[in-house]
Amino acid sequence: MKILRDTLDKFEPLFTKGGKLEKLYPVYEAADTFLYTPGHRTASGPSVRDGIDLKRLMIMVVIALVPATLFGMWNVGFQHLRATEDWNLAPTAAPFFECLLYGAIKFIPVYAVTIVAGGTAEAIFSIIRKHEINEGFLVTSLLFPLTLPPDIPLWQVAVGIIFGVVIGKEIFGGTGMNILNPALTARIFLYFAYPVDISGDRVWVSGSGSGEWIDGATGATPLAFFYSNGNAPEAMAAADSLSIGWFDAFMGWIPGSMGETSTLMCLLGAGILIFSKVGSWRIMAGCGMGMLAFTLLLNFVAFAAGLGADHYTAVSPAWHFVIGSFAFGSIFMATDPVSAAQTNTGRWIYGFMIGALTILVRVLNPAYPAGIMLAIVFMNVFAPLIDHYVMKANIRRREVRLGLQ
Amino acid sequence: MDKATRGILLDPLHEKNPITLQVLGICSALAVTTKLETAFVMSAALTFVLVCSNTTISLLRNKIPGSIRIITQLAIIASLVIVADQVLKAFLFDTSKALSVFVGLIITNCIVMGRAEAFAMANPPMASALDGFANSMGYSVVLIYVALFRELLGSGKVLGSPVFASVSDGGWYVPNGLMVLSPGAFFLIGILIWIQRSMTPTLQEAD
Repeated sequence: MKILRDTLDKFEPLFTKGGKLEKLYPVYEAADTFLYTPGHRTASGPSVRDGIDLKRLMIMVVIALVPATLFGMWNVGFQHLRATEDWNLAPTAAPFFECLLYGAIKFIPVYAVTIVAGGTAEAIFSIIRKHEINEGFLVTSLLFPLTLPPDIPLWQVAVGIIFGVVIGKEIFGGTGMNILNPALTARIFLYFAYPVDISGDRVWVSGSGSGEWIDGATGATPLAFFYSNGNAPEAMAAADSLSIGWFDAFMGWIPGSMGETSTLMCLLGAGILIFSKVGSWRIMAGCGMGMLAFTLLLNFVAFAAGLGADHYTAVSPAWHFVIGSFAFGSIFMATDPVSAAQTNTGRWIYGFMIGALTILVRVLNPAYPAGIMLAIVFMNVFAPLIDHYVMKANIRRREVRLGLQ
Repeated sequence: MDKATRGILLDPLHEKNPITLQVLGICSALAVTTKLETAFVMSAALTFVLVCSNTTISLLRNKIPGSIRIITQLAIIASLVIVADQVLKAFLFDTSKALSVFVGLIITNCIVMGRAEAFAMANPPMASALDGFANSMGYSVVLIYVALFRELLGSGKVLGSPVFASVSDGGWYVPNGLMVLSPGAFFLIGILIWIQRSMTPTLQEAD
């Protein structure tokens, strides 16, 4: 490892003030801090510092995303195999490595384009604005491809991530200053700009339109199925076209975006995030409670208004938990430490509202079947306001206690 | 041209632009800019109303009682808007339909009221007419910029004729749906404000 350090040190004068490549210092700095812990020391006391820095924080999120990513790749291959060879293929009977390889071939180009295009945008801004290239982009660049369908055109990936990095993050001042989650901003841009390639029933399984699909294959996700057919799980399980039960949706071997289908893998990630205290369990729990409360309310309305057991409003919370990207969004997207609420009470409110809004958009909005994406970005905007009032209430409470009010 | 007149004419185009700096007239800038044609017609209608209203109000400025001046200004502006609306309906019916209520809503356009109150009430008719014209141009420039990009990126066309051959016609350009929606205009105006303030740092507000 000494060679690495020596090489870095050798090139350092080139990039520091007065060097030939002075302007590219952020690039050097990024490489240096990515490989080594920075040697910064506090100039004045207190000098006791936690060893945790942005790098470790972000790496933990990446580690937490690994199960979902690997499963997602396998699932892309598995869904493709189902659609092209045997629609009733059991997940356990599918050739594991073949599926994984097919998924990797689909996922890795999208990931690479995200890193190159988004990383370039980030580097350009770092150089002009003279701030550091942060590890935050490592997470953004992994989250974004996981939310995309497997056959997404690569130029759209590039346009989307550049929009996400520039409009979602850099214009507000870069990492730590962004109001919106950059990965979700990028996805929302694609969702509204090029809806044909990122919504509907055709895009969620790789290979549609190429003539490879067998008869009876469909790319409809359970979310889309509920959306158009209401609550009919029995009919759904019986339907030849979409034989998906609750357990299948929980495990995630269903059509969907590349990395978000598996609730189980997301829960594994949640475990890592909570154990390492990187992700806020309050936000995750808040999302769950909001979803539960609002779904039960809708269930009650469906019952009270006599809408019948097969109306969409009658779908149980258990189903809402496993369909769509609810788990993925509330675990990985909503807990983004920058764009989420910062106070503990605020986190509960923020999470609860995300969960409730997700179901509101899903069930009662006629235009968009998926709700979590819009709910999170909407609440991102409100997070500072929530924090503001939580802090005001706290100040007021202490004033009352001291008899000042 | 003396310095004051030049200020009246040129400031609204850049340093005192009604849309990008005063952030007025945003509603119509979002609503009528999906096509370049409607933006042109809207700009023309606003120019007519603003020049005439500024001149008229300036002529009457010493006769208008201060306590009911807003009502008087509104009566003048509303009459002019109705004229503009009727003319469009008579001669440009299709465009008039595409603009729907937004010509009528010029009455409430903050730029018209703002110029009447801020300039025409205190300045002679000639200067007021120039001010009205310059502010309309400041508005029109932004409207046309937004509409040009929205039509070009949203449907690959300029003034209805194809520039980028779209995929549905066998070409290569995939129309960007976001540009057709109102947020597209928000992004374009935001980007314009960003560019303008980066180029002229004196326009930036203090943090």
